[in-house]
Amino acid sequence: MSATPDHYEFPPLDREALLRGLRAIVGEQNLLHSEEALRPYECDGLSAYRRLPQAVVLPATVAQVQEIMSLCHARQVPVVARGAGTGLSGGALPYGDGVLLSLARFNRILQIDRDNLTARVQPGVRNLAISEAVADLDLYYAPDPSSQIACSIGGNVAENAGGLHCLKYGLTVHNVLEVQVVTVDGELLRIGASSFDAPGYDLLAVMHGSEGMLGIVVEVLVKLLPRPEQARVLLAAFDEVVQAADAVGEIIAAGILPAGLEMMDNPAIRAAEDFVQAGYPVEAQAILLCELDGTEAEVTALADQVEAILEDCAATEVRSARDEDERARFWLGRKSAFPAVGRISPDYYCMDGTIPRSQLAHVLTRIQALSDEYGLRVVNVFHAGDGNLHPLILYDASQPGELERTEELGGKVLELCVQVGGTITGEHGVGMEKIDQMCVQFAAPELLQFHALKRAFDAHGLLNPGKAVPTLHRCAEFGAMHVHHGELAHPDIPRF
Amino acid sequence: MGEDRDIGEALCAQVIEAAQQRKPLRPRGGDTKDFYGEAINAETLDLAPHRGIVQYQPTELVITARAGTPLRLIEAALIEHRQMLPFEPPHFGEHATLGGAIACGLSGPRRPWQGGARDLVLGTRMINGRGEHLRFGGEVMKNVAGYDVSRLLTGSLGTLGAITEVSLKVLPAPEQELTLVQQAEPMTALQRFRNWRAQPLPLSGLACLDDRLYIRLSGTEAGVASARERLGGELLDAPFWDDLREQRLAFFQADPEVPLWRISVPPATPLLEDVGETLVDWAGALRWVRSDAPGQTVRELAERHGGHATCFRGDCAAGRFHPLPETQLTLHRRIKQALDPHGIFSPGRMYRSL
Repeated sequence: MSATPDHYEFPPLDREALLRGLRAIVGEQNLLHSEEALRPYECDGLSAYRRLPQAVVLPATVAQVQEIMSLCHARQVPVVARGAGTGLSGGALPYGDGVLLSLARFNRILQIDRDNLTARVQPGVRNLAISEAVADLDLYYAPDPSSQIACSIGGNVAENAGGLHCLKYGLTVHNVLEVQVVTVDGELLRIGASSFDAPGYDLLAVMHGSEGMLGIVVEVLVKLLPRPEQARVLLAAFDEVVQAADAVGEIIAAGILPAGLEMMDNPAIRAAEDFVQAGYPVEAQAILLCELDGTEAEVTALADQVEAILEDCAATEVRSARDEDERARFWLGRKSAFPAVGRISPDYYCMDGTIPRSQLAHVLTRIQALSDEYGLRVVNVFHAGDGNLHPLILYDASQPGELERTEELGGKVLELCVQVGGTITGEHGVGMEKIDQMCVQFAAPELLQFHALKRAFDAHGLLNPGKAVPTLHRCAEFGAMHVHHGELAHPDIPRF
Repeated sequence: MGEDRDIGEALCAQVIEAAQQRKPLRPRGGDTKDFYGEAINAETLDLAPHRGIVQYQPTELVITARAGTPLRLIEAALIEHRQMLPFEPPHFGEHATLGGAIACGLSGPRRPWQGGARDLVLGTRMINGRGEHLRFGGEVMKNVAGYDVSRLLTGSLGTLGAITEVSLKVLPAPEQELTLVQQAEPMTALQRFRNWRAQPLPLSGLACLDDRLYIRLSGTEAGVASARERLGGELLDAPFWDDLREQRLAFFQADPEVPLWRISVPPATPLLEDVGETLVDWAGALRWVRSDAPGQTVRELAERHGGHATCFRGDCAAGRFHPLPETQLTLHRRIKQALDPHGIFSPGRMYRSL
């Protein structure tokens, strides 16, 4: 361990001894160590970064996780936790001289408590599986990231996952009551409670979005909500992106809180329509999807109001989904936007900035200018309700230098988000991908405060080393351009 | 008095001096919630003059204000645009400030549906124990850059640092709001709460006191009207929810000698009848209990049901806050150490060894 507060070093690894120890805990069948067996774990959903760990270990009980952590702690071996591996920021990228701890076998729903509206689940349970399991009780689990058929709830906690319905129903942090965590030295901690609050500091909030840097989540108590009596989706088409952006502000200003409010630009509309035939108007420059939910009486009243607002904002067409089928199709187009773009480009890079809604038109114009400058196409899908932007940069990894140009463009988009008062990541996490942009969003004392907080949980930096919070040295190399309160010190100087 | 001011630099200077001299400091806003926490001996870090709304654009659904800004000013600014603080913070006095509300982390009757103080906090500025003025989170709804220090500070009672500025998510005020009352014994009331919570109803309050059950409905006119028809009950024309939140109801006023316990439990917990007279809020998840039973007894009862008990008002030999298990307390100490290395911020205010 070195003396600088933001940097850690680990003793040389005795691989054979480590494997022996892990084997004794989980058995040979749940320990992967040949190169061939390790290969599927070399990356998560961000495949631009790949690395093989020394071993992948697949425990099935909390006691095994505790033993693994005790062993790795005693040997000072870094550990990276992995859920379903769908993350988009490289948060589950293995550490070369470390162990990858897969929670895939923790896949059981332990208890559904109808009276308290909660479900106790293991971290490897898929997000959508929770809602499916309680559907016959007319309940559901609200956060619904687009990857919800595959992503796991443990990963959702680690990234504080959002989804399409955050504006009204919140993020993962708003929908989890308690987590059981194995600490870096193998202790089991209960954080939060089955009541609405717990004594002491709000460690539950700190665990959310902590990207596997503070502990291993081994159990999650989630809140369930009654399924709204009715949900209706309106689809509005616009000739100009700016008009769609204005409509978003007008809906909010009218005191309406839609369950979902999504925007797609023309390239995204076309890609989605080609892929899943959602019935989108392919000539539109932008569409808005606005979901309203509540009792039947509420939804009818709100839908009339929203329709009038959309028309006032120059929508060329407003459609209301006629039935559950059409509603599902409208959403399918949006939820399929990423894979749809995957069909029109060899590779794409997904960004995740959040901005104040009022800056939307400005930011989209700037993105277009950057896209032209770099000669790379950008497709925009946008959680318009909560300001979370997902520009997809299209590129071809087989062309030399194109990935590097893509990353540079992506970095500029994120810096733009910070300049207008937003953030570099709304729901995907910093991971490996956005670590340099952390230097733009935060100044040195804040970064050091994060490192100090990390140390309170993990004194030797064994959990997910090198992720989420950059060292000051790294920021210095990157060019340390912290943007203070939306103002770059010298906005006219070209930056890299 | 009363003018918008930024005294951030003076506050930092006071913290740096206290850190050099290892002198304890107690951040204070309007001094309305001094009772909430252990009595400590510390110099005051007065945040009341650090006030003013820094940013409020109604269509962003976010307000940012300095910690000393009076809550009533914030609420007045919001209502002008038909918006509100969804967590309905209790004021407990006319000088209550935003910073104090967040540092205490208390939430009103809307909590089960719209979330508590911690759920609405988007960002903070704070002065840590080194006298550094730091910024965490931001003014957008979704933000996972860095650890969530803002929510960690919420409810930390000034033991981790001084909150100097807060950004909160706000919501449109409901088009229509009304209160219904039904006659029901507490057992029946709890049963109804369970049923109603599991249904998609525009609820924003469920409480029970003296065999009367109180329902608050909030939403569109049409939605509230149809729910009212479905649930039934007599319309109440009294500021019941404000009086509940501000503890002005007779239940709270009676006999100050008997401690007032705040018991937080899973909502479907049966009536804790043996322990004392009870007011049920949060659809069953919050039980205000007047009891002179030993603290240990009340806390064991809460724990048996998966909850915890705070000795909210009155004399509490057993400590104000529910004790933490040793592993938790150790982690708490390390976290405090990380933000406040010299231990100058409100030591002992939450737990003796913190």
